[in-house]
Amino acid sequence: MSTPTGDPVIRVRDLKKSYVSPAGTTEVLHGLNFDIYPGEFVAVMGPSGSGKSTMMNILGCLDTATSGHFAIAGKDTAKLDSDALAKLRNDVIGFVFQGFNLLARTTIEDNVALPLVYRGVERAKRHEAAHAILQKVGLDGYAKSRPSQISGGQQQRVAIARALVGKPTILFADEPTGNLDTKTSDEIMEVFSALNRDDGITLILVTHEPDVAQYAKRLIRLVDGHIDYDGPSRAYFEEKAA
Amino acid sequence: MIGPMLAEAWSALAANRLRSILTMLGMVIGVGAVITMLSVGEGTKAQVQATIASMGSNLFIVQSGSAQSGAVRTGAGGQQTLTSDDATALAELPGIVAAAPVAPGNAQIVSATGNWQTQIQGTTEDMLIVRDWPVVQGYPFSESDVRSAARVALVGRTIVTNLFGDENPVGQTVRIKNLPFVIQGVLSGKGQSLDGRDQDDTILVPVTTAQRQLFAGRFGDTVRFIMVQAASPEAMATLPADMTALLRQRHRLADGQDDDFQIRNLAAMADSAAQTAQVMTLMLAAIASISLIVGGIGIMNIMLVSVTERTREIGIRMAIGARQRDVLLQFLLEALMLSLLGCLIGVAIGVGGAWLIKLLSGLETVVTSESVILSFAVAAAVGVFFGFYPARKAAQLKPIEALRYQ
Repeated sequence: MSTPTGDPVIRVRDLKKSYVSPAGTTEVLHGLNFDIYPGEFVAVMGPSGSGKSTMMNILGCLDTATSGHFAIAGKDTAKLDSDALAKLRNDVIGFVFQGFNLLARTTIEDNVALPLVYRGVERAKRHEAAHAILQKVGLDGYAKSRPSQISGGQQQRVAIARALVGKPTILFADEPTGNLDTKTSDEIMEVFSALNRDDGITLILVTHEPDVAQYAKRLIRLVDGHIDYDGPSRAYFEEKAA
Repeated sequence: MIGPMLAEAWSALAANRLRSILTMLGMVIGVGAVITMLSVGEGTKAQVQATIASMGSNLFIVQSGSAQSGAVRTGAGGQQTLTSDDATALAELPGIVAAAPVAPGNAQIVSATGNWQTQIQGTTEDMLIVRDWPVVQGYPFSESDVRSAARVALVGRTIVTNLFGDENPVGQTVRIKNLPFVIQGVLSGKGQSLDGRDQDDTILVPVTTAQRQLFAGRFGDTVRFIMVQAASPEAMATLPADMTALLRQRHRLADGQDDDFQIRNLAAMADSAAQTAQVMTLMLAAIASISLIVGGIGIMNIMLVSVTERTREIGIRMAIGARQRDVLLQFLLEALMLSLLGCLIGVAIGVGGAWLIKLLSGLETVVTSESVILSFAVAAAVGVFFGFYPARKAAQLKPIEALRYQ
């Protein structure tokens, strides 16, 4: 775990989330507490139903907590309206999904450039930025293709490019390798590692695969909506192996 | 911002080409119907207005009243009480431009090459002023022609066509009831009257000539009616009272005695005809606009389906930073594009329809720029109105719920 420097980019205090259904109220997160500092690479693990995706969606400003305090980039999210949250998602956050979530009838370059549309960047500059990022993930030759014309690994690279095009400070990835084979998974994880190592992007990644989690420096393990482990990932896996 | 959104809307519509076209069809038919129906209405209105203008403006007709003999009353004009001098006196009233006496009758006219039965109107040179009826060839008859009961005639277009063909009739002689008349001028064309009579099938002769020579004994020195032109529409309101007073005095009618004449306001008749045309236009437009509303509902229906289908796409867009208003605008633009594109095609079809109706039925049709502008305005309003609800529904989705939608 790298030495914490400066203010945390994410501060979570007593974060709770519950769902109301006709059967009653189900609490999924029972009061989480942690800080994440700039430049960290955090893996979030846990069995199915442990609440890790719910937590990611809240951290990614896609969902809201029921109670507790959650600040991202120094902003208390409870005080933000939907427009301000959208701006956060656009400026500060990049999100990579398990299912890629590309727009099917839009070209690769337009998919990648889409976040910049909502920022009001003009067409030429959007495409310039998209091409630069596509080059970085090794897909510059596919700019005019559509998502259905490329492989799953390539689609996930496009999704990463889209998450990066707005130059976010935090990148969230929810099971980014879940739909990929082992070899492609490794390639994608190399891309993530390089982003964290070379560009200093804060990376938070949900996975249930230990192989993937081992790329991270810090591990947060959730069980039944509680934090079961929060520390260096290497120490966790060594202890487990022993 | 709007640029990529327009491209986005276009590609969304293009992705479901058949569905988009079928949805637009509602607008196409609606706008086409409105444009065509308005063109028929406007055409009718234009025709009525032309007819009204051909009658002359601000007109009164003064007719002889009915005669009573014992208990039996004749209809209007049953007794001849009006004279040319009445016309001269009426013309002196303030607010009256001119008054023309008319002594009409039918007769066979014979030229060197043929003959034709037509209406002869004995009148004065004032007739040309009252009816706004210029002489296009030759020259009108004068006061002295009237005073001397000269045998001169002004002929209408139809007479020229039927008796002279392409020849110049001015200076030629025709025989009316065996009396030779010199054609002194040709009247400009007036077309049909409000009741469908051909106004150009007529000959004007001096009123004195008609009274003493053509229809001797029928009129004496009276006339059938007098056409009076007021100076302005405002004068039309007060003139009947003045005219009544003048004529009662001239006819020496005691108090309590009925008028022996009737005054009819032709402007009122013209107004009601124009109003009828206007009501018809409105009714046609109202019926046609129902189909516009149906088209709008079609758009709303498809947009709702589209929002549901693309819930996940909306979620993705929100996840990468689309604000509610971005999503709202996107779907609103799609609805607007559907309706305006439909309108564009509808206008083309409407103009074509108007042309076809004119071609096939001979009805006058006029496509006005107002009706085209109106169609676009209504189409835009329909697009916004029926597109807003689905667009708002899309914009109010929660990002995570939209993303989870399968």
